[in-house]
Amino acid sequence: MDNIKMQSVDLNAWFGTKQALRDINLSIKTNAVTAIIGPSGCGKSTFIRTLNRMHELAPTAKMTGQILLDNQNIYNPTVDPVMIRRRVGMVFQKPNPFPTMSIYDNVAAGLKLTGAHKDKNLDDVVKHSLQQATLWDEVKDDLKKPGTSISGGQQQRLCIARAIALQPEVILMDEPTSALDPIASAKIERLIVELKKNYTVAIVTHNMQQASRVSDYTAFMYLGSLIEFGATKDIFESPKNQLTEKYLTGEFG
Amino acid sequence: MRTNIFKKLDLHSYKLRKFKNKIFYILCLSCIIVAIVPLLSILFEVILRGAPAINLQFLTGNGLHGGIGPAIQGTVILIGLTGAIGIPIGILTGVYLSEYGTNKYATWIRSINDILTGFPSIIVGITAYSLIVIGLIGRFSPMAGAAALSFMLIPIVARTTEESLKLVPNSAREAAMALGIHRWRTIISIILPSAKGGLITGTLLAVARIAGETAPILLTIMGSNFFFQGFSAPMDALPLRIYLNSQLHTQIAQTQAWGAALVLILIVLTLNIGVRLASNNRYRKITR
Repeated sequence: MDNIKMQSVDLNAWFGTKQALRDINLSIKTNAVTAIIGPSGCGKSTFIRTLNRMHELAPTAKMTGQILLDNQNIYNPTVDPVMIRRRVGMVFQKPNPFPTMSIYDNVAAGLKLTGAHKDKNLDDVVKHSLQQATLWDEVKDDLKKPGTSISGGQQQRLCIARAIALQPEVILMDEPTSALDPIASAKIERLIVELKKNYTVAIVTHNMQQASRVSDYTAFMYLGSLIEFGATKDIFESPKNQLTEKYLTGEFG
Repeated sequence: MRTNIFKKLDLHSYKLRKFKNKIFYILCLSCIIVAIVPLLSILFEVILRGAPAINLQFLTGNGLHGGIGPAIQGTVILIGLTGAIGIPIGILTGVYLSEYGTNKYATWIRSINDILTGFPSIIVGITAYSLIVIGLIGRFSPMAGAAALSFMLIPIVARTTEESLKLVPNSAREAAMALGIHRWRTIISIILPSAKGGLITGTLLAVARIAGETAPILLTIMGSNFFFQGFSAPMDALPLRIYLNSQLHTQIAQTQAWGAALVLILIVLTLNIGVRLASNNRYRKITR
């Protein structure tokens, strides 16, 4: 089982008194795309935010259980959440480039503002990250333009480049295409498949087709519980749980 | 067809409602006139009476030569000192309230801050007088004046800072957090630059407001006929000069007061118009 990158162990999470996650045990495999699907409010976003310790930032958030990254509990009191977030990057639902920064500075921001750029050639990192995010050819002549001046789909790839620039081990994506049109979404999907060569990817989506296209493993969540988890092919072709089947066939959701 | 519809409606109540509508509009309009007429008449009066006083000698000469040079210099010094003390403290207070202010202490600070925003300025003046002029320094001093004005500036700047920082979308904070950027770094390099426009506008308006305050400086810098004499000597300032001269009954002193009033209004107006232009530029940048 040494190809497990991240793992949740008996994970429970609350917002105030409302329980958002119930006993989640889920493994995220190295260099693979794991999709988390489920109807709105099922806890999939909450789950992904426990993986880089963003969940605890909500004022009333609580949790129990463990999240292991390379078999180390990231909720161990001696662990600095800031360091975890450098190893586990995140891309959000809406593209959120820093509004006051140029395209170049947006990609360089993670390195510059964490002081990690001293032994690196920023120009190379920016170019390499934008190339990996398949955005370089579109913006290479406009690197000085504001990060918010490009289209939504380009902005989202810019945000992916910004995450990649820090060389994280895991990239979390929280419905990365839900604010984008189909063409821009298709580009992001192709990019996600590319990314798994170098990174471990976990993606939250409520687009089932997207999950079947990009992911190797799929987890189905419902009302805060993990209902079914397995290879994407198995989940979509022969779901074992009746709830999964109903959701996939569109009976609810 | 049309007449039928009108027959069904109660024509009388329709006319009454239309009439009420008109009355309300006229009421609003007359209130605006009531508010604006005194303002314009003050402006007109100040220009009419102040303009004849203004010449180079008046603007640059010291008090013994019938000039308000010391008062203009004093006001500039006061604005500078007050800004240097008050703006950093005000902005950092605003940062605390906006970025760390989810605890009960922040709620307290916010309420106290709101009370201070409307604090009577004469009490601020007396406090600075007893604490600094009598207690700390033992003399009238520009520093005491700046301290009193800072006390008035800080709550306004803190409030506008908090409001402008809250306008920065949370997604920017989350994005920075997810990159493993520390909180202080996020605030300095991402949040504050994003709110730059609002910060500049709010701060300049606050400075323009305190530039015209009289009570806090009346008891702290006392007034003087001479240019800046050092940090432990009395100093002049425009609002103070206007007040002191208006107490004198000579024609010259009265004219000088009007001239000083015109200069003060021009300074405040310049700050306000500057703010307008600055925020206009910001708007254009966003829409482009």
